[in-house]
Amino acid sequence: MLKIGKEKLNELYAAISAGAPLWLPVKKAGEVNYGLYEAGADVSLETLKTVKSPKDLFFPQSETMMRFKTEGKKIEILDVRSEKEPFVLFGVKACDFRAFDVLDRVFLDEPVDTYYQARREAATIVTLACSRPEESCFCKVFGIDATAPGGDITTWLDENFLYWQANTEKGEKLTERLRGLFAEGGESEVETQRAATKEIIARLPFSGLDLSRFKPENLNELFDLPVWQSLSEACLGCGACTFVCPTCQCFDIRDFKTNDGIIRYRCWDSCMYSDFTQMAAANSRTTQMQRYRQRFMHKLVYYPARYDGVYSCVGCGRCVNKCPQHLNIVKVIRTIGGEKHD
Amino acid sequence: MINENLIPKIGVITDIRKDTPDVKTFRVVGTDGKKLFEHLPGQCAMVSVPGVGECMFSITSSPTNEEFMEFSIKKCGCVTEVIHSLEVGQQITVRGPYGRNFPVEGEFKGKDLLFIAGGIGLAPLRSVINYVRHYRKNYGKVVVVYGARSKDDLVDIEEIRTEWEKEPDFEVYLTIDRPQEGWDGHVGFVPAYVKELGLDPTMTAVLCGPPIMIKFTLAGLLELGFDKSRVYTTLELRMKCGIGKCGRCNVGDKFVCKDGPVFRMDELDELPDEY
Amino acid sequence: MRDVEQKMKERAAELLRSGEAARVVGWKKGEFYFDPSPATFETEEELGEFVYNGFCGSNLSKYLIAVSKKPGKTAIFLKPCDTYSFNELVKEHRVAREKVYVIGIECQGKLDIDKIRAKGVTGVMEAEEAGDKVEVTSLYGKTSIAREEILLEKCLCCKGKKHMVADETIILHEMPETKNNRFSGVEKLERMTPDERFAFWKAELSKCIRCNACRNVCPACSCVKCVFDNPASGIAAKANDTEFEEQMFHIIRAFHVAGRCTDCGECSRVCPQHIPLHLLNRKFIKDMDTLYGDFQAGETAEGKTPLTEYTEGDAEPGEAVKPEGQHA
Repeated sequence: MLKIGKEKLNELYAAISAGAPLWLPVKKAGEVNYGLYEAGADVSLETLKTVKSPKDLFFPQSETMMRFKTEGKKIEILDVRSEKEPFVLFGVKACDFRAFDVLDRVFLDEPVDTYYQARREAATIVTLACSRPEESCFCKVFGIDATAPGGDITTWLDENFLYWQANTEKGEKLTERLRGLFAEGGESEVETQRAATKEIIARLPFSGLDLSRFKPENLNELFDLPVWQSLSEACLGCGACTFVCPTCQCFDIRDFKTNDGIIRYRCWDSCMYSDFTQMAAANSRTTQMQRYRQRFMHKLVYYPARYDGVYSCVGCGRCVNKCPQHLNIVKVIRTIGGEKHD
Repeated sequence: MINENLIPKIGVITDIRKDTPDVKTFRVVGTDGKKLFEHLPGQCAMVSVPGVGECMFSITSSPTNEEFMEFSIKKCGCVTEVIHSLEVGQQITVRGPYGRNFPVEGEFKGKDLLFIAGGIGLAPLRSVINYVRHYRKNYGKVVVVYGARSKDDLVDIEEIRTEWEKEPDFEVYLTIDRPQEGWDGHVGFVPAYVKELGLDPTMTAVLCGPPIMIKFTLAGLLELGFDKSRVYTTLELRMKCGIGKCGRCNVGDKFVCKDGPVFRMDELDELPDEY
Repeated sequence: MRDVEQKMKERAAELLRSGEAARVVGWKKGEFYFDPSPATFETEEELGEFVYNGFCGSNLSKYLIAVSKKPGKTAIFLKPCDTYSFNELVKEHRVAREKVYVIGIECQGKLDIDKIRAKGVTGVMEAEEAGDKVEVTSLYGKTSIAREEILLEKCLCCKGKKHMVADETIILHEMPETKNNRFSGVEKLERMTPDERFAFWKAELSKCIRCNACRNVCPACSCVKCVFDNPASGIAAKANDTEFEEQMFHIIRAFHVAGRCTDCGECSRVCPQHIPLHLLNRKFIKDMDTLYGDFQAGETAEGKTPLTEYTEGDAEPGEAVKPEGQHA
């Protein structure tokens, strides 16, 4: 294990970014989101939950997929992508890192989404272990160890040092390049921190959520529950939960006419939106209850049914913090999941 | 470029046939004059007019057609309205094929087949019916029951009259909703007609049409003794990607674009009622 | 507050029991003290979950658009500021007045959990209100915070503690008026140079994730189908492809609600990126006050508004508001 003094973190960022674009939590206009490192950036590793998750780096909120040039009756398709240059994603928490696996199962499943794949392959991911979990965290429920998040490199931060451990070849390669900045050591400090954090995680209010009822074989039973009506009644039908969610992966594809041809872009979409399933003459989900049910059934039942029983929720708690009316997946799990109440 | 699933190919419209007042059939080939890609009966493709939008349509021509592909498209929204305004020679984009096909080389083989369609619902069935005609020896008796609002709304009536009705061991029953001048055939809704015909319940049935027709026809078939595990239909939901990723065409854990559009009725029974 | 909650609960039970109301719209308790959700109660039994506390900041009036269309009368608890929105909804025929029983409730200013978090207090488990203090217990310790430091933005610029409409009120304690200048934020922006102002909004609006929470919560955004959701409009978009797009959305929205926005502040309360969206609306309000005389949307459910009424003395385009020595 390697370590670097906290006071030298800016040197570390500069060194990483000298070799490849570096993306990490940066505070801008008061909020912390993943941003490109540049000199003077207000990096905030201590922020546990960036507003948006780092999924943007692989699945951007909006991206141009191709361009079209039309002339008379003719069409020309232009693939506007250039080769994706390698980049480093730093400071990813365990929940968000697990979310990449959830996204991978969708985007890298055949037929592969090459847009996503190119970015995924270009990334070296440096994770950061959590040491101050919050009340809305429940990653433990999904078997995630917030104190050992994984990735190409795992890091831990305490009051004095950032501890650094490469896990993969990609990680070794980046470490090699930065070797001069580090000193050896930190194993015992990391162990101490991990034990302390685990103790906090064990007593988080949502750490005991019971998912046992959310199984593919209960799909229809859960779908038909009348309680969806009251669970969803205050839902505004906005996309806040979806857009801050690290695993939500629905998108729209649209064309946009510009003065210089036509752009086909894709952008995040939300199953909470009233037009999500709108067709010319029909709509399979016309009420907010149906849309609300879709979102949670997808995360807790449909997705696991498709992908080896893995849930499409990582317990990051962003929706718990961000829903304007305080509706969230925890309330759904509590109400339906049959947690063993005390 | 390998496996570029979201980037379409360019197709050229080489022929446009006006089937009904609101259905046109477009013949499409690649820029090299050859068929764009191979498909199986029941599969779909994403067709787009750049700048307007992309929509999923079933490929109505048979895979056995080696020259071109056809799409029968009903005018019912923004994209289809623009498609209807296109002329021969116009290029469009096409990507596919998508979805699960009818089991023409599986469960259908050697079976007596019953095809029931309403209105534009004939489009996906035409592909499989013509495939069955092409490999006629592989299948048993074929019965087609096809209905539309009026005689003018029967899609592909030309082909039905000149080719299908002349096939051996191939029965075609046409019906229209209300009596009409110049129509001496059957009048009445498809579900009632199906019951009237007293069809053999050992046939494998394929239903395609508006949801209300499917619902009542299925009920009729079950009354006649058909088994849900031998009744097939196709679903249509909003789609954007066609490859099971954009998240909107799901019914429960199944995506219509990938796991459908062809479903067996007993499979649909297992899914939530949200389509 | 506990006594107010108790009284509200009792009143709700009476209304349901007597059949005067078929349902009551209020708040129900969440996982914590600070995360209540709006809810409709149709039986006395359901009222077991009823809650009213310092974190019930949401404006319930917009729910009436749907809920009040159900059979029977709907009773609703409205804070003073929420009654302005209610009047606007009645005025715009989104809600039928006779279908609603308005209970005006006491408000001592509502609290913002995010402001507690912004103070570095993370892992908040409890936030007990005790007079002018809030006693916060977190996973990492206890702390005491002055209420006034964690009031919602909208409460810092309270329009007053008087209900504009109510069939009855539940007020058990004195409600002191807030003294802040509602337009101080707007004035600060007006004093900026155009470049500074552009930089300010660019930084703020570039955080927008286009979740539409601001629009969907807004009682003035009551269109059945929003222009931004209508593909036929030509401006339907979910993507922030360029910064220009973001500004389009928020500025168009501000124009759409100008003259009807009561300044309820919900847009800023719900923004996941804390964009001070209310400043756009408030700038319009300030300009309208300057151009047409003081006007407060939602004071009544009748009458014309400055932007829907023409008088000969109206300002001409171009001679609009120019703060002293400044660029418009």
